[in-house]
Amino acid sequence: MTTHTISVRLENKPGALARVSQLFSRRGYNIQSLAVGPTERPDISRLTLRVDCSENSLEQIEKQMHKLVNVLRVTELSADESIERELALITVAVAADKRPELVALSQVAGARVADIGRDSITFELVGRPDQVEAFEELVRPYGVRELVRTGRVGLRRPSAAGRAGTPAVQV
Amino acid sequence: MLGSDAILRCLELEGVEVCFGIPGGAILPTYDAIARGTTVRHVLARHEQGAGHMAEGYARASGRVGVAIATSGPGATNLVTPIADAWMDSTPLVCITGQVRSSLIGTDAFQEIDATGITMPIVKHSWLVQDVEELPRVMKAAFHVAQTGRKGPVLVDVAKDVQEAEFDFVYPDHVDLPGWKPPHKVHPRQLQEAARAIVEAQRPIVYAGGGVLNADACDELLELVDSAQLPAVVTLMGKGCLPDSHPRNYGAPGMHGSKFANWALNKSDLVIAVGARFDDRVTGKVSAFAPGAKVIHFDIDAAEVGKIRHAEIPVVGPLKLGLAQLAGEVRAAAADGAPDRSAWLRQLEDWREQFPFRYDKGDGALKPQVVIEALRDLAARRDEDVIWTTGVGQHQMWAMQYIQCEQPRTFITSGGLGTMGYGIPAAIGAKAARPDATVVCIDGDGCFQMTCQELATAALERLPIVAVIINNGWLGMVRQWQELFYDERFAQTHLTHAVPNYAQLAEAYGCAGFTVETEDELEPALTAAFAAGRSAVVDVRCDAEEKCFPMIPAGAAAVDVIEAPGGEVVSV
Repeated sequence: MTTHTISVRLENKPGALARVSQLFSRRGYNIQSLAVGPTERPDISRLTLRVDCSENSLEQIEKQMHKLVNVLRVTELSADESIERELALITVAVAADKRPELVALSQVAGARVADIGRDSITFELVGRPDQVEAFEELVRPYGVRELVRTGRVGLRRPSAAGRAGTPAVQV
Repeated sequence: MLGSDAILRCLELEGVEVCFGIPGGAILPTYDAIARGTTVRHVLARHEQGAGHMAEGYARASGRVGVAIATSGPGATNLVTPIADAWMDSTPLVCITGQVRSSLIGTDAFQEIDATGITMPIVKHSWLVQDVEELPRVMKAAFHVAQTGRKGPVLVDVAKDVQEAEFDFVYPDHVDLPGWKPPHKVHPRQLQEAARAIVEAQRPIVYAGGGVLNADACDELLELVDSAQLPAVVTLMGKGCLPDSHPRNYGAPGMHGSKFANWALNKSDLVIAVGARFDDRVTGKVSAFAPGAKVIHFDIDAAEVGKIRHAEIPVVGPLKLGLAQLAGEVRAAAADGAPDRSAWLRQLEDWREQFPFRYDKGDGALKPQVVIEALRDLAARRDEDVIWTTGVGQHQMWAMQYIQCEQPRTFITSGGLGTMGYGIPAAIGAKAARPDATVVCIDGDGCFQMTCQELATAALERLPIVAVIINNGWLGMVRQWQELFYDERFAQTHLTHAVPNYAQLAEAYGCAGFTVETEDELEPALTAAFAAGRSAVVDVRCDAEEKCFPMIPAGAAAVDVIEAPGGEVVSV
């Protein structure tokens, strides 16, 4: 069992997302995260799914999804050939005297302050999923009040076109 | 034109001759359009489930798309079972349901149900039409999707105000479905590989399923089987795709298939699966299924290939084209000489002789197998084609074992979903498709009671069928499992032989009714039923204790067959 990222180009039609998600529940596949949004074309959406499954099940998922009338294209995004990003909003409890320390820490981690309250700060962080997780761990000792992640979105690297293997530069 | 009239024009333009349905509030405008006139014959069912199974029977007998029409809410939910049945057995179906007015959708209005939502996991695609301008495009797409690629059901849910709306009707001449691209050809390298494997195999076996019938590829299959001298097993859903009298047709494998068919698969070194999907009722324990065999899996649906059993040689594409090409490739590959397979073919013949279907006729109550053999022999003496339908259970398995089918589309049954009550309405639909044929439903008493109200449809629509009830007074297959696996605790399976009085019930529905209690009465009653000139029901009181054998217990290896009434497991 490994985790896979699947990218789906989908017709932007009523019920299209429901058809994809019901296929997963119906066939017993577990979705870790699902992000959906518009693309360069208004009539097409892109879904990025994180799924826990075996290689064999992944093939089944792709084939079953291809049979959905609204699904235009299904591709697996392999870690080394794709860019994957996630956005997280994290509200961290913080007393006034600890604020400078926490803000400095967040800046090092690449997060931005989105809002400051009397006893808490909300940070926004865009980054690779592992960076988001690292930041979450970093601020956890202060007390995480609320947290939301978009789930990852991904695209194939243009630099990976036409060749196999790991790209030389990993941004 | 009104949306309602447009629906009928679409049906006419798609070449639909018959549809099956029942009116109700949200579909009333479309029935008003039927009243205004159409070339499509509407068969009025007594329950939407019946309408759906009739459309299925029509589709399976004719090879065309079946059309069922129902209203919103309960009309749509009653269609769910036939839609699921068509989904499991890949039967092309277009279901048209009325929906409440657009302004009421989402308000829990009277008879409102989310029909597209409820059916989402069991349709190839569905549409909720809320704009009349969309209607022709949707109808065109619905018929296209139902019958291209792997066949199956689609649903078109039409809001009542759309049916009432006025617009300029234009039927599109092509579909615009960028995401729907079923394969239209077969990869030549896969075919060559398959051909080489077939030529090299010592103990090959063709495993043909319902996909062959759906693809109208029976002639091509026969050509392959004959040119390469291949033996074949044919699943329940495929029955009729290869003549049952063909010398190398070893019939149905699986839970109640013959021992020789199961052994043929088990001992083969090459399984050539054609339009079959390695259903658990065929394979038994998958890890013990054909353990020494390579698999060629030939299917229109890529998702079936490798789903259950790894296929060494996957061949995805349309069977009709692909099988014809494969036969050619096999001939070319065999030019250098094929291996001598006479030992394998002789072995299969030996098994067939050694392990025929058998039962003990006894001298007590009438055995169900006697009834089915009598029907088979009666049908063989008739000039016209006989089309068989069945319910689900013991009688269905005996029909699979004993009925001889020489023609495609003459054995119509519910395989994947196992829908009790399928037989009577499916027979009516088959009769609508093939008025020239005699349509016989071999039914169980439990199944019969689930949809017997459709006898009214058969009588009044002049679609005469013969229903033969293998009446053992029990939910026989369930009883068999209770006897074998639940220590004979017969919980809630006893229906009794005599309630209802089936012959009287038949008469009440305007059909001829017969009751048979002894073997002497059997043939005269069946002959009279065939000659009744109207629908007939023959209630044959059978032995309640007769069980269907051979039987592979669920989850057991296909070779671990319970062969005889003694119940002993005999392994190879």
